[in-house]
Amino acid sequence: MANVLVLIQSEGGQPTKPTLSLLTLARRLGEPSAVVFGAEVDLEMLGRYGASTVYQFEGAEYADYLVTPKAQALTALVADTRPVAMLVTSTDEGREIAARVALRSGSGFVHDAVDVLAGDAGPTTVQSVFAGNYTVTSRFEAGPAVIAVRPNAVEPAEAATPVVATVQPFRHVVSETATLARIVDTRVKASGSSRPELGGAAIVVSGGRGTGGDFTPIEEFADALGGAVGASRAAVDAGWYPHRFQVGQTGTTVSAQLYVAAGISGAIQHRAGMQTSKTIIAVNTDPDAPIFDLVDFGVVGDLKVVLPQATAEANGRRA
Amino acid sequence: MRIVVACKYVPDATGDRSFEPDGTVDRDAVDGVLSELDEYAVEQALQIAEAQGADTVALTVGPPDAVDAVRKALQMGVAEAVHIQDDAIAGSDVFATSAILAAAARKLEADLVLFGMASTDGGAGVVPALVADRLGIAALTFASDLSVNGSTVRISRESDTVVQQVEAQLPAVVSMTDRAAEARYPNFKGIMAAKKKKVTVWSLADLGPDVGAVGLESALSAVASAERRPARTAGQIVTDEGDGGVKLVEYLATHKFV
Repeated sequence: MANVLVLIQSEGGQPTKPTLSLLTLARRLGEPSAVVFGAEVDLEMLGRYGASTVYQFEGAEYADYLVTPKAQALTALVADTRPVAMLVTSTDEGREIAARVALRSGSGFVHDAVDVLAGDAGPTTVQSVFAGNYTVTSRFEAGPAVIAVRPNAVEPAEAATPVVATVQPFRHVVSETATLARIVDTRVKASGSSRPELGGAAIVVSGGRGTGGDFTPIEEFADALGGAVGASRAAVDAGWYPHRFQVGQTGTTVSAQLYVAAGISGAIQHRAGMQTSKTIIAVNTDPDAPIFDLVDFGVVGDLKVVLPQATAEANGRRA
Repeated sequence: MRIVVACKYVPDATGDRSFEPDGTVDRDAVDGVLSELDEYAVEQALQIAEAQGADTVALTVGPPDAVDAVRKALQMGVAEAVHIQDDAIAGSDVFATSAILAAAARKLEADLVLFGMASTDGGAGVVPALVADRLGIAALTFASDLSVNGSTVRISRESDTVVQQVEAQLPAVVSMTDRAAEARYPNFKGIMAAKKKKVTVWSLADLGPDVGAVGLESALSAVASAERRPARTAGQIVTDEGDGGVKLVEYLATHKFV
């Protein structure tokens, strides 16, 4: 059966949810092999998602330099194992690793795929482009197909039959050309919250101009749903919320299962960053706001009234 | 020191962008502009040049109209521009584009090649890394700030959870995020001065044989179809009459979000 390499990202020793989605997609194309950088590996979980072979690269160089050592190791692995495809999560780092591997392997590369399918002539991908107005299907002219997949593209599903995952030794020596960009300091940001990260969040609640600068209703509703908080460019430019929470063309792109836009009119700039979300809900006082063209469900009303009521209702149902 | 800043000419994101039958972007449908995210790179080039002196060159690859992208950089204050223009380039993927940019950076003897974090059309954000890979030099990507001290270049790279300081020796490629210093607007003096600045046009032949195959035919992935998404079926809109929040949660409950 065709081999599919999947780059695993872990958090606290466990593969992340976007990573499990990759394994789920990989099984459509063939048999997934997991690639892990670092000491942490959850073999039991990888086996449940169908990866029998695990390539593990340990070594300080993979953490001490930007992406190039990982790209080099993966390039060597691609040359040696000749997979039909390599899947990574479409983050800044994931896309960069993938593109470098594709360049060195003479492969085609597709980024921000929202779906991956097994075609008659090899893998095909689906992308949503130009602020979601176009659906683009692509094929690969030269393999292996290197694909960066958006988080939440598919719900993770375990393999019908779990397999036993074992670490397969693979020796790679990182060359000097891969160690040019050295990480000299890493500082963990004080998050101050237990909310999920915006980029990979399944549920996002965002606030815009309509908050008037008070994000309390946004944060409380996000917490009631277990979601991340986002902000429109207008709210960030006004200094109401930190830039790292900005959703949009400049900022973070989210593909959430549920996206709630509160007090956001829906400028193209914002839509580009959230339009591939599966279910979209808006709360806005202006019934003519363009955001209502996108929604599955909308409430014409003041978010300062509607959201607190929704928060109480959601918390009440949970209790 | 010579700083080359890459300037991509893209269809204005506020327009109704579309595709040609061959799967390439329809460039006539919407006005082109300098990709907004590249302005942060231009700003950074100007700040370094102002603080410590440097030659600045704006570089674009694209059809004749793409000169507008470097023209904007010249108006902002960049000293000169190079426009790589060749019919064979149309339809190039990120790999061919990176080969063209790498060859141009080599010919210009760039010490520092600056990019925006991604374009506002293709948006992969990988061309800076590919150019560095081809040139065999360091890539410091997704920088929220940048400093050059002698031959050492240092950036801050911020993710959701960590802030890293990353260092390399020149020559290097750096891409700037939109968290970097705000780009300046061209002033009247800058706009007038730009009219006298030189834009050099090079063809692929001017770049030498290293570029290799470019254009749509040699792209390693191909668009099989580009379909305009059907207008979303109109969602359910309710007006808040004192129970908007409850109705919202009822909808969420039906779809198993609560």
